[in-house]
Amino acid sequence: MSSLSSLFNSSVGKKFAMGITGLFLVSFLVVHCAINALIFVNDGGETFNRAAHFMSTNILIRTMEVVLFLGIIWHIVQALVLTGANQKARPVKYAAPNTGSGSAWYSRWMGLLGTLILIFLILHLRHFWVESRFTGLHVPAMIIDGVPHDNLFAEMKSVFASGWVVVVYILGMISLAYHLLHGFQSAFQSLGINHKTYTPVIKNVGIAFSVIIPLVFALMPAAFYFGMIE
Amino acid sequence: MNITIKVWRQKSNTSPGEFKMYSLSDVSPDMSFLEMFDVLNEQLVRKGEDPVAFDHDCREGICGMCSMVINGQPHGPLRGVTTCQLHMRSFNDGDTIVVEPWRAAAFPVLKDLIVDRTGFDRIMSTGGFVSVNTGNAQDANTLLVPKPDADEAFGAAACIGCGACVAACKNASAMLFVAAKVSQLALLPQGKVEAKSRAERMVAQMDDEGFGNCTNTYACEAECPKEISVEHIARMNREYLKAKLG
Repeated sequence: MSSLSSLFNSSVGKKFAMGITGLFLVSFLVVHCAINALIFVNDGGETFNRAAHFMSTNILIRTMEVVLFLGIIWHIVQALVLTGANQKARPVKYAAPNTGSGSAWYSRWMGLLGTLILIFLILHLRHFWVESRFTGLHVPAMIIDGVPHDNLFAEMKSVFASGWVVVVYILGMISLAYHLLHGFQSAFQSLGINHKTYTPVIKNVGIAFSVIIPLVFALMPAAFYFGMIE
Repeated sequence: MNITIKVWRQKSNTSPGEFKMYSLSDVSPDMSFLEMFDVLNEQLVRKGEDPVAFDHDCREGICGMCSMVINGQPHGPLRGVTTCQLHMRSFNDGDTIVVEPWRAAAFPVLKDLIVDRTGFDRIMSTGGFVSVNTGNAQDANTLLVPKPDADEAFGAAACIGCGACVAACKNASAMLFVAAKVSQLALLPQGKVEAKSRAERMVAQMDDEGFGNCTNTYACEAECPKEISVEHIARMNREYLKAKLG
């Protein structure tokens, strides 16, 4: 136990925690994106509502929801601890900051990108998670095979009728894309995985992931707003 | 060439510092950056002023003593060279060049451009060696080392401990330096036996020294005069995690 606590108090251990929670959140993105992409089936939301119903009633998924929140909180707390320590490590800044060379701008601005994602996330949870778990949706349930299902499809349609909400969601996804562009391959490095053959593959998969997942997510509010999904 | 140097002047560790401007005329493009400072210092001495203090030793890029952040870049604009191997031809006539010391809490400024890098020595003393009872040297062929491992170890061993990685990192992290030392020994049979405990001890000392945390921006690799790869950081992470979780 002492070796575990000293691990998470060390610089390498804190990187490890960021990496492992980051990859866990990446796995969540895959599931969330796959389920939500069912709105593009364009069948009035029946397929999507069925999938959402399964997700909200399945005990395993509900348990993972708690783990997910713990993962997000750990990722954020760890980021705050690291940022505080890193600022202390250079009390006097350079007069001629060298911003152009050596590193990608988004790798230096992960904290800002993460904060933008958090702001988006709070709005997003308020729009859908709070409604479906606590206050109830604004729209009537959809009856599928005689069983009432929460009509999250109609809820999305009503939320994404607002132009500013769509803009905020798209900005949130751009922040996510750049956060992932650094975070995906960086997580593997922090877990000690850097290999002459596999790392280029991880980097390319990371780039594809960082583009595709936020793009599919961003298409959702846009498609509703422009009436491409009925 | 006519050059203006805007350089950090600080009398001692405890006194506040400030930038001072100096103009130099007839600078030869073939002078090294340090020779340009020698010329400046001769002029300052002639005027009865305190010369600019800076670290230097071999002046051939292998000792790791020179340590200047030039226009925001450790060791200046060229890749893979130390300040002593940088020449004035890398600058333009009429340039104003900003020269600062390494900036890190773990590298306090002693005077002008000289910082205290003994934190690196303390890290080395916790594990940057192989514990052996010396005796007669064995026949080299009894210890077989695969060529790729030898090359990789040599790449890590090229680290001269100058601290440019710390200076370049936005978090003032010393991970590349420590990783090079951990890696160089972990790859070879003599060092492998202590690889895990070495990583544990050296990382603990690195953290105690007050260096920042690595966020994998890889600015260190880009600025390292010996072009040490961040692959070594992953190897150090592996050795450390094996020690703690294994």
